Amino acid sequence: MAHFEKANSLNEWLDQRLAINTLKRVLNTEYWIPKDINFLWAMGMVLAATFGMLVISGIFLLMYYKPDTNLAFDSVNYTIMSEVGYGWLWRHIHGVGASIVFLIIYIHMFTGIYYGSYKKGRELIWLSGMGLFVAFSAEAFSGYMLPWGQMSYWAGMVITNLFSGGSLEAYGLVEWIRGDYVPGDAFLTRFFMLHVLLLPLVIIGLIVLHFGTLRIPHVNNQEGAEIDFKEAADLWKAGKKKESKVIPFSPVFLSKDVFVMGVYFILFFYLVFYNFNFAMDPVNFDPADGLKTPAHIYPEWYFLWSYEILRPFGKDAGLIAFGIAQAALFFLPFIDRSPNVAPAHKRGLFQVWFWVLLIDMIALTALGKLPPTDPTFALLGKISAWTFLALGPILVVITMFEKKIEKGA
Amino acid sequence: MKENEKGRRDFMGMALGACAAVGGVGALYAAKRTWDPLPSVKAAGFTTIDLSMAQENVLNVEKWRGKPIFILKKSADMKADDRDIVIGTDRYHVSIGLCTHLGCIPAYEKDQHKFKCACHGGEFDASGHQIFGPPPSPLEIPPFKIEGTKLVLGETGPEYQKMLDAGLTV
Repeated sequence: MAHFEKANSLNEWLDQRLAINTLKRVLNTEYWIPKDINFLWAMGMVLAATFGMLVISGIFLLMYYKPDTNLAFDSVNYTIMSEVGYGWLWRHIHGVGASIVFLIIYIHMFTGIYYGSYKKGRELIWLSGMGLFVAFSAEAFSGYMLPWGQMSYWAGMVITNLFSGGSLEAYGLVEWIRGDYVPGDAFLTRFFMLHVLLLPLVIIGLIVLHFGTLRIPHVNNQEGAEIDFKEAADLWKAGKKKESKVIPFSPVFLSKDVFVMGVYFILFFYLVFYNFNFAMDPVNFDPADGLKTPAHIYPEWYFLWSYEILRPFGKDAGLIAFGIAQAALFFLPFIDRSPNVAPAHKRGLFQVWFWVLLIDMIALTALGKLPPTDPTFALLGKISAWTFLALGPILVVITMFEKKIEKGA
Repeated sequence: MKENEKGRRDFMGMALGACAAVGGVGALYAAKRTWDPLPSVKAAGFTTIDLSMAQENVLNVEKWRGKPIFILKKSADMKADDRDIVIGTDRYHVSIGLCTHLGCIPAYEKDQHKFKCACHGGEFDASGHQIFGPPPSPLEIPPFKIEGTKLVLGETGPEYQKMLDAGLTV
């Protein structure tokens, strides 16, 4: 065994056994962050904090929720909402948090796309982030099932029916996923397991990986400038803080993160206390009924764009289009052929591409909410869906011809 | 390292691989079976429906395996179809009332003699054939057996077998 001296403080005692000083240095005080980044870079910590809120409120909900098709609806809408002291608070935090977390994820994602933060050297940051997006989507969907209202039931029905596409039906895949002929008790309990255990574990693992992927390539900056982190860090450590291009993550950068989080939480709790209804679908306040479809089935706002890509096509083609829509963004680092790590406004056609993508996704979101019966909107939906699918190949072409931006230009 | 020692390590590696493969396959099979529908769920999959009370052009909705079952007694002016269930002189359209696109329940439009699914705009005629929108196939007919004027759903009778063989339902 290694040799141990007598420790003079708790810190020293722990340091001898856990190397906490090294850990603190590597992860906080000497983890260098470029100075040249704006508030959009704080979204990562905002997301981590929101995830924390979801976990804590979820733990309180878990104590009264009953995963049983006969009891689930009342355990949420009666017991938690009316009987449990402050039960409404946890539910509203959880509901608002689940919705708003996607808004922040989308901002975080589009910030990354705009500034080229997925490019060479940072591919794993993008991939692990997309993995988190998918895990959060699964987490949100499985959570949506739990109150067992009409929208829960029919969303479960529609989404699991996707797995009856092509010849999949013949293998009984849908019935296997549900554990029943329709969404029932087995379905509810397995989604409950996914929501409260398996998926949160996956998410926590992915968050650790996502943070890890950042450590070596470092965070990108507003100009996409390549920074000699060692040189810049030495300047900082030598006291030349003005000349240095970097600041330590903790406590200097963290103070900015915390400020942005403070502003964010004012908005968050404004929504929790005064506007929680936006995250609660009125249809889901009817108990699940397998013999009655709601007049118009639509997902929560954050899935509308991919739902709208599925909708205009036939069943099998729709399934394929939906799959492509889910996976397309994963490939971004590999289909963007440009040598430049630079903000979109310096990259010519890429800037047009970026705004078309953003506007197309907003259009898909708006159209996804509308009933499918109006032919004009159905056509617009089809055009938007095709636009989304075409944007991938277009990106390959326009970035192949993108000229290298000269340094200092 | 001596030759025979390397051989021993190779053997241990292969033994570990073989054990892990056998254990892994076993665990996957157990996990697959755990997700299969329970025997009690499967056993509850039979329903008997009496057709003699049905009225012409009025849609009855029964429940079988948690799914809605459409029962429509056809009136004389409605087209006959190979998918009809014929009992005596009466013709019935019986199908699982879930749109074959993504499983919503279509509504029956009495005057137009067709089923309309609000979710994605799919339409079926009174025999369950898709006539508009994204549904890829006709409304499915559940396995049935005729017993007098009663229909046992979940059991395959000769009439249903005939429809299956003719490819009229899946």
